[in-house]
Amino acid sequence: MPQGAIEIENLSKEYPYGFLHLKKKKSLEDLTMRVEDGEVFGFLGPNGAGKSTTIKLLMRLIFPTAGTARILGKSIDDVSMHGSIGYLPEQPYFYDYLTAYEVLDYFARFHGLRANDRRARVEAMLKKVGLDTAKKIQLRKYSKGMLQRVGLAQAILHDPQVVVLDEPMSGLDPLGRREVRDIILELKREGRTVLFSTHVLSDAEMLCDRVGVIVGGKLRGIGAPGELVDMKAQGMEILFELSRAPGNLPLLAKAMRTGERYRVQFPETELYAALDALKAAGARILSVTQIKPTLEEYFMDLVEADRAQASAVEVSGK
Amino acid sequence: MRNIQAVAANTFREAVRDRVLYNLVFFALLMMGAAILVGQISIGIEQDVIVSLGLTAISVVGIFIAVFLGVALVSKEMDKRTLYALLAKPVKRWEFLLGKFFGLVMTLTVNTAAMAAGLYIALWTVKHPLMKSDAYILVAVYLILLKLALIVALALLFSCFTTPFLAILFTAGMYVAGLFAGDLRTVQGVELDPAALGLMRGISYLLPNFENFNVMGAVVHGSGVPAAIVWQDTLYAILYVAIVLAGAAVVFSRRNLK
Repeated sequence: MPQGAIEIENLSKEYPYGFLHLKKKKSLEDLTMRVEDGEVFGFLGPNGAGKSTTIKLLMRLIFPTAGTARILGKSIDDVSMHGSIGYLPEQPYFYDYLTAYEVLDYFARFHGLRANDRRARVEAMLKKVGLDTAKKIQLRKYSKGMLQRVGLAQAILHDPQVVVLDEPMSGLDPLGRREVRDIILELKREGRTVLFSTHVLSDAEMLCDRVGVIVGGKLRGIGAPGELVDMKAQGMEILFELSRAPGNLPLLAKAMRTGERYRVQFPETELYAALDALKAAGARILSVTQIKPTLEEYFMDLVEADRAQASAVEVSGK
Repeated sequence: MRNIQAVAANTFREAVRDRVLYNLVFFALLMMGAAILVGQISIGIEQDVIVSLGLTAISVVGIFIAVFLGVALVSKEMDKRTLYALLAKPVKRWEFLLGKFFGLVMTLTVNTAAMAAGLYIALWTVKHPLMKSDAYILVAVYLILLKLALIVALALLFSCFTTPFLAILFTAGMYVAGLFAGDLRTVQGVELDPAALGLMRGISYLLPNFENFNVMGAVVHGSGVPAAIVWQDTLYAILYVAIVLAGAAVVFSRRNLK
């Protein structure tokens, strides 16, 4: 089996809490997954699901209670591995007494870039994230969106093979989100591996080769967005126009009407009978589509199931 | 080495941009005021007053900066999460700590050197020309700087495992206790049993002996400071700082960030 860009095995994290820290709260439970080389992987989950915990574990900002992980074949304990990865923290905050240029120049020093290369790389990155005109302003005067761009720039400054982005769209306006999406797609075109966490499902659907859904610290599903939702594909939908509704068309009873247009949903087995009935009634068929739950619905099902399970445990505990 | 240098330079830049060196203005005003005042009220002891006031001010201002900024070195980076992006670079945690330590020591060196220059100017206004024995002031300033480096190391250690408030308390407590380390060693308590006395002596050797670095009396009265004392204090400070920083590195290397 070829080596994955990120390989996580049985990773768990518990936090002690309470007086004397005797109680333990599980933030991540036995996570095993891999992100393939060159893919864009979306890590989905509601707030507090364990997304950031996983990413912080990979970055060695926190240490696992159990389990291991490798990035590009190297253990995450190996600090040299950080030379090949870029990381954008959630809600990044940088030294606000520095300008964007100075911050990037500072970070570039840790990658051993010489002064000339540093200057060229920093200028290129500032241009890429649209901050070249604001590069001499101290970060304390930056908006949240501008800080996010600085964060992205420092994450990709050194041409990393693997880029890990924690909520990269957070705090951005629609234009900013579009720019981040474009950067992620560009990174993919360049053959880099991108792992990003988000709870904005449309972003994941649009960008990701595969997604992993984490709820309550456990991985609940992993696969291509299409695969995950196809598993639950259900029913058909017909959109049609009908200028004069006949009285004997039972389909109309469950149709939604907007002007002369009707939208009706039913089981796939009834498709041909419905089409025949509509044809007989003189309807103009505009579209026939398969009803596929969106990633959002799939995601919401998992979240609801987790909540139900949690409350059941709580009730039985009482 | 490159990483330590980069972090140290940035720490120094932070202190400069956050206007830490503005305390020099306060010091300059104090020295000017003292020079004018002692010129009028003290006869024959102007030099003693200026030197002891100047050295005390250098020490007190330095201690404040060392304790408060020393504690903030790591805790501020953790609170504001500026550390996240940095530790995701090929930087070892101990390199970060050493960089922060040297950055603040660099700041204190510049600060202390500027204050020493101010002290000499004030001295010159009440007595000129300056004499060869006035050079001993530099020795006293150097020893103050060693003391400050030791305080920064302690502040760094405490801030690695506790809250900033407690770290300030612990550092200040260690400083005060360290001032009495020498007394603890020589205590002749008739009331104490030998075990308690032994324990007290043991503790006194673990505490940093800050009185070692105080040569103000000798300098004020113009009697020199033996070179052996300077060497001994230098080695003591280097060894103690190394041990404390090694402890800080061990604690910080396993610290979970928020």
